[in-house]
Amino acid sequence: MKNTATIALKELKSYLASPMAYIVTGIFLILTGFFFSISSSTYYETSIKGFLEPGNLLLLLLVSVLTMRLLAEERKMGTLELLITAPVRDSEVILGKFLGSLGILTIMLILTLYYPLLLIAYGDPDIGPIFTGYLGIFLLGSASLAVGIFASSLTSNQIVAAVVSGGILFGLWFIGFAATFLPEAAGEFIGYLSLSYYYPDFMRGVIDTRGIIYYLSITALFLFLAVRSLENSRWS
Amino acid sequence: MIQVKNLTKYYGKRLAVDDISFNVEKGEIVGFLGPNAAGKTTTMRIITGYLAPTQGNVWVADHDIINQSLEARQQIGYLPEAIPLYTDMTVRSYLDFAGRLRGMDTTKIRTRTDDVIEICNLEEYVDVIIGKLSKGFRQRVGVAQAIIHEPAVLILDEPTIGIDPIQVAMTRQLIRELGKEHTILLSTHILPEVSVICQRVIIIHEGRIVAEDRIDNLSSMMSGSQRFRLQISGPVKKITERLQRVKGITKVNYEDPNYTIECAAGQDPRRQIMDEMVRGGWTLLTMEQIGMSLEDIFLKLTAEEETDE
Repeated sequence: MKNTATIALKELKSYLASPMAYIVTGIFLILTGFFFSISSSTYYETSIKGFLEPGNLLLLLLVSVLTMRLLAEERKMGTLELLITAPVRDSEVILGKFLGSLGILTIMLILTLYYPLLLIAYGDPDIGPIFTGYLGIFLLGSASLAVGIFASSLTSNQIVAAVVSGGILFGLWFIGFAATFLPEAAGEFIGYLSLSYYYPDFMRGVIDTRGIIYYLSITALFLFLAVRSLENSRWS
Repeated sequence: MIQVKNLTKYYGKRLAVDDISFNVEKGEIVGFLGPNAAGKTTTMRIITGYLAPTQGNVWVADHDIINQSLEARQQIGYLPEAIPLYTDMTVRSYLDFAGRLRGMDTTKIRTRTDDVIEICNLEEYVDVIIGKLSKGFRQRVGVAQAIIHEPAVLILDEPTIGIDPIQVAMTRQLIRELGKEHTILLSTHILPEVSVICQRVIIIHEGRIVAEDRIDNLSSMMSGSQRFRLQISGPVKKITERLQRVKGITKVNYEDPNYTIECAAGQDPRRQIMDEMVRGGWTLLTMEQIGMSLEDIFLKLTAEEETDE
C-alpha cells in the first residue's frame, strides 16, 4: 500500500508540475461552463444536467489525453526500467498510477462545484440529482481512467495510447446505440455492456446499484488488464 | 552474490543469450565485456528482474529472481544504459522517490540523500530540475539513485558511455570506491575500462561466454603464446624470413618500425634471435617482451568464435 501511495503521490505532483493537466482542466471548465450557462438560461432549469450530459463525451476525450503518458512515457524514457525493477509489485505500479490520475479527475470535478453552488444561491435545485449526477460522472471518469491506463501500458507512443484509449471508450459508449438494431435479447445484452447505458439514470437522480457495479467492474477489469500487460512486457 | 545458471533468452525466435552461467562473489567488481548486441544488457535486465528468462535461473543474494522477486530486487541497485530519470523532477525529489520505492522511510532518505549527493559530487545541483542537467551530471544522478538504498549488489550497464573523458575518469574512480562496499557487475564494450576497474572479467560474444577469469590470469592464459617487440635495422624481407626460421617462433609481423613476434609458451628464442642477427650482419636495436593486452585477448576470442561457425 505504501508503494502505491508513493507512486500515486508522485504522479499527482508531476501532473501539477506539467502544463497538460492545467490545459485539460481549463478546457473542461470552459466547455462545461459554456454548456451549463446555455442550458440554464435556455431552459430555466435548476439542474446540472446541462453540464453533465454533454460533459460525458468531453470527459472521455480528455481522460484519454490525461492518461496517455502514464506508462507510455515511462517506457519511452526508460524510467519504466527503474520502476519495475524496484521492489514494487506491478499491481502497485498500476494502482498508484490510477489513484494519481483519479486525484486530478477529483480536482477537476471539485472545480465545477460552483455550478450547483450558483443554483443553490439563486434558486431551489433538487439536491438528489446533483449528488447522483456527480457520482455518475465520477464513476464514468474512473472507468475511463482505467481504460486509458491500459491503453498506455500497451505502447511507448503516447499518441497511439490516446487514440487506442479514445477508440475503446467511444466504442464502449456508442455500442449501446446498436442495441436498437439487434434482436431483443442480444440488444439488451449489448446495452448492458455500454458505458452510456446507466449514465442517464444517474443524471435523473436514480442510484442504480447495477450501474455502480458496472462502472466499478469496468474499472477493475481494465486495471487488471493493465497489470497483465505490464507483466507481459517482461516476457517479450 | 549473483548466481546465474544456464540462462537462455529468446526474443521471439532470435536467441539473445545462450545458456550462460557465472557467479559473482561478494565484494567483487566484475566486468561484463562484449561488443554491442552480445547479450550484456539482456543478461543484466534478467538479473534485475526487468525481463524474465526463457530458461535458467538467477539468484541475487540467495533470492530467486522469479519466485522471490521482491526480496531479490530489494538487494539490487541498477543503473540501466538509458539512465531512467524523470526530467521534470529536481535531483532531490527524484532521489526521494527512488528511496521510497525501495521502502526507505523519510528520515533515512534524508540522511542517505546527503550521503549520496556527496559521494556523487552533486552538491550544487540538488535543487536543479534534472532536465536541465548535462549528460555527465545525469549519469551521476543515475548512480546516486542506484546506491541510495545501500544495496548489496550494483548492476551498472555501460556506466561511462556518452560522457566526456574527465567525467569518465571520475566515474571509474567512483565505481572503484563503491566496490569497497558493494558487489558490482558492470558491462562495457570499452576494453581499457575493464582492466582499470575490474578484478575479474567475463567476455561475452553472441550470447555466449567465451572467457571468464581474473584479468591477470586471462592474459597469461591466452598467452599460451609469448610476444616480443623488436627493432632491427636491415632489409625487412630477409629479416622476416630469418626470424620465421628461428625455433619456437610461430608468427612474425612487421609494422614499421617494429617487428612483433609470437612464440609458443615456455620457449625463449631471444638468444637465438640475437645470434641470427649477428650472423646476418644486422643490428638489433631493441627487444622487449610484451604482455597481451585485453584488446588482443578480446579480438582473439571473438575471432575464434567466428571461425568456429
